[in-house]
Amino acid sequence: MSKDAAPKRRATPKLKKDEALKFYRDMLLIRRFEERAGQLYGMGKIAGFCHLYIGQEAVVTGMQACLKEGDQVITGYRDHGHMLACGMEARGVMAELTGREGGYSRGKGGSMHMFSREKNFFGGHGIVGAQVPIGTGLGFANKYLGKDNVSIAYFGDGAANQGQVYEAFNMASLWDLPVVYVIENNMYAMGTSVQRHASETELFKRGISFEIEGEEVDGMDVYAVKKAGEKAVKYARSGKGPYILEMKTYRYRGHSMSDPAKYRKREEVDDIRSHHDPIDGLKEQIIAQGIASEDDLKALDKDIRAIVKDSADFALESPEPDPAELWTDVLVEA
Amino acid sequence: MSVDILMPALSPTMEEGTLAKWLKGEGDTISAGDVIAEIETDKATMEVEAVDEGTLAKIVIPEGTEGVKVNAVIAVLTEDGEDASAVSAPTPSATEAVTPVDEPEVIAAAAASAPKVEVQSDPDIPDGTTFTDTVVRDALRDAMAEEMRRDETVFIMGEEVAEYQGAYKVTRELLQEFGERRVVDTPITEHGFAGLGVGAAFGGLKPIVEFMTFNFAMQAIDHIINSAAKTLYMSGGQMGCPIVFRGPNAAASRVGAQHSQDYAAWYGHVPGLKVIAPYDAADAKGLLKAAIRDPNPVVFLEHELLYGDAHPVPDLDDFVLPIGKASVKRLGTDVTIVAYSRCVGFALEAADKLAEQGISAEVVDLRTIRPLDMDTVVESVKKTNRIVTAEEGWRHMGVGAEIAAGVTEFAFDYLDAPPMRVHQADVPLPYAGNLEAMSLPNADDIVAACKAVCEGM
Repeated sequence: MSKDAAPKRRATPKLKKDEALKFYRDMLLIRRFEERAGQLYGMGKIAGFCHLYIGQEAVVTGMQACLKEGDQVITGYRDHGHMLACGMEARGVMAELTGREGGYSRGKGGSMHMFSREKNFFGGHGIVGAQVPIGTGLGFANKYLGKDNVSIAYFGDGAANQGQVYEAFNMASLWDLPVVYVIENNMYAMGTSVQRHASETELFKRGISFEIEGEEVDGMDVYAVKKAGEKAVKYARSGKGPYILEMKTYRYRGHSMSDPAKYRKREEVDDIRSHHDPIDGLKEQIIAQGIASEDDLKALDKDIRAIVKDSADFALESPEPDPAELWTDVLVEA
Repeated sequence: MSVDILMPALSPTMEEGTLAKWLKGEGDTISAGDVIAEIETDKATMEVEAVDEGTLAKIVIPEGTEGVKVNAVIAVLTEDGEDASAVSAPTPSATEAVTPVDEPEVIAAAAASAPKVEVQSDPDIPDGTTFTDTVVRDALRDAMAEEMRRDETVFIMGEEVAEYQGAYKVTRELLQEFGERRVVDTPITEHGFAGLGVGAAFGGLKPIVEFMTFNFAMQAIDHIINSAAKTLYMSGGQMGCPIVFRGPNAAASRVGAQHSQDYAAWYGHVPGLKVIAPYDAADAKGLLKAAIRDPNPVVFLEHELLYGDAHPVPDLDDFVLPIGKASVKRLGTDVTIVAYSRCVGFALEAADKLAEQGISAEVVDLRTIRPLDMDTVVESVKKTNRIVTAEEGWRHMGVGAEIAAGVTEFAFDYLDAPPMRVHQADVPLPYAGNLEAMSLPNADDIVAACKAVCEGM
């Protein structure tokens, strides 16, 4: 990754206390949750594919602050952070990761397939790029039903090369659908760097041929995300059509748990962690602006660790699904 | 020298049409490329261009004539200098139907004579119900229109469904009644609009996604299976996907391998989907209405070559058939023929031929491929002790294979002969007329198979 791939954080104006602490808390919850998930994976308690969101927390946290009741969120398989940001319970997410009855999909979905109608989280999709037309369809339904809701479709830099993404862009723009496309450019499509997989690496330009406006955002700065998100969501909600936000971000862990990440240098990861970490960055500002003390934040961290521990305990104690569950939910009984 | 102008074939499946209008009169000078007439098929109105130049000497078929066969002489052209009055034109009797009609705008319901169905085994039709002969195309259209009137969340999207009135005219006049909000022309991007449809279903709508043909749905099969069929299960029952994917399936006529494939076995393989493949107009209507109301994703396989066939459709305000019930279309005692879609017609034709040879065949129309009504098949086999399956798909891992396995499992002791399968030849469908005919199943193939299983009876 080049030094300027994640732009330097801008000087942030005076923060509002409640919002700053909420952002800090929400991002920290995702990080601690994911660290725990990684640990449980190492212990063999979580199986299969498990894609961690560590490093990218500012993206969903900032975007969620732009949404209102009824707005929908959909993403790919690096999805635990999105669920927590949408307000889904840590217990239910962790128990799904362990494949237990208490999981959001009652153990039948796993890491990549969780949903919550109540929280308007529409998954959780395992096929690269598939969530983009589906998210566009959510926007279509909003418009059809006369709702002023917006659907947020997240996808990665890898998915940005998928043909169906452009099929969806075309229809969303043609029909002015209320969709915000959030490209989480974490610089690697699995192990292939964006320079090696994309002919146009400025992904916010990918909507130009469809007359969709796009902009690049510092995805490591929750306030930059929120500012851009508000503009994009307002645009889509007003009936002007879709909008693209390219979030420059970074994942600290491998693509999935089985990825040793040999395609990038340790120094690159360390540099981002040291200089661009979204949580550390916010923490510095909170302390510098006197919103909270180091001790206050330590106490908050302790609370979050307790929530995460509780979710892990729940996820390990929850029984495996009843064998009868094998046969349920194949079809809706008419 | 005079030149005959012939009724042109304007689509791969056109056999006849209506000569709607002459744009040139007798004595007019014609240049190559001039539009001389308008012809209506059951799908579209098309212009006829002159190929040769000369003088239009004689109009043989007057405008407003229905049922003009392809290749019938419709007019005679003379070359310059030739005496037009000297032309001896063929008489109109060269064509079979020469009835000028008052309303040439009306799309001809003139149906190929589809084999007669003996048994209406639907208990859903009350005694005393009257029937109206309706072509399959219109039955499907009526089903969609009725459901769209009934439920505001039902809408249709697909290529050419709106302004063009449907590539095969199945969505004719829906745009006029329901407007562009509910009848949506899409770009030619099956993968994208199938996924968009799935998202719309998750978002509270009941989409009908039309594929111009199911061959193009291969581009969208990921969304049909991975997004529509599996999400309910993967979400622990939260994310139902009420959507219908419909369009013509299987072979058309001389359109080559990529445009001629039967996907019944493909979709029939997938848990989480319902798969319907009707033969007659009543089943097409009743089952499409059921499919639209069903809270699950339904793959609804139609057949281009059946669209123009007329069958009696009950005159009921709300005729809905159960999904997953086969229909015994003809009773018999010696052999059971199990078929779906176009092969039901071949099976009925075969049963007629077999009757002449002293073999009584029972015809079971599966109607639904998934869930498969094995009970009706097994009950029939217990009576006849012999079974032949017929499908337009390939034999390997096909619908017939599943039926054969089912009767072997559930009616083994009743079988007097091994099940036999009639199917498409195990090759991509060829273009050449003779090879195509050799590849596809027909009534004679079914007759031969039935006689083989009945040997020594």
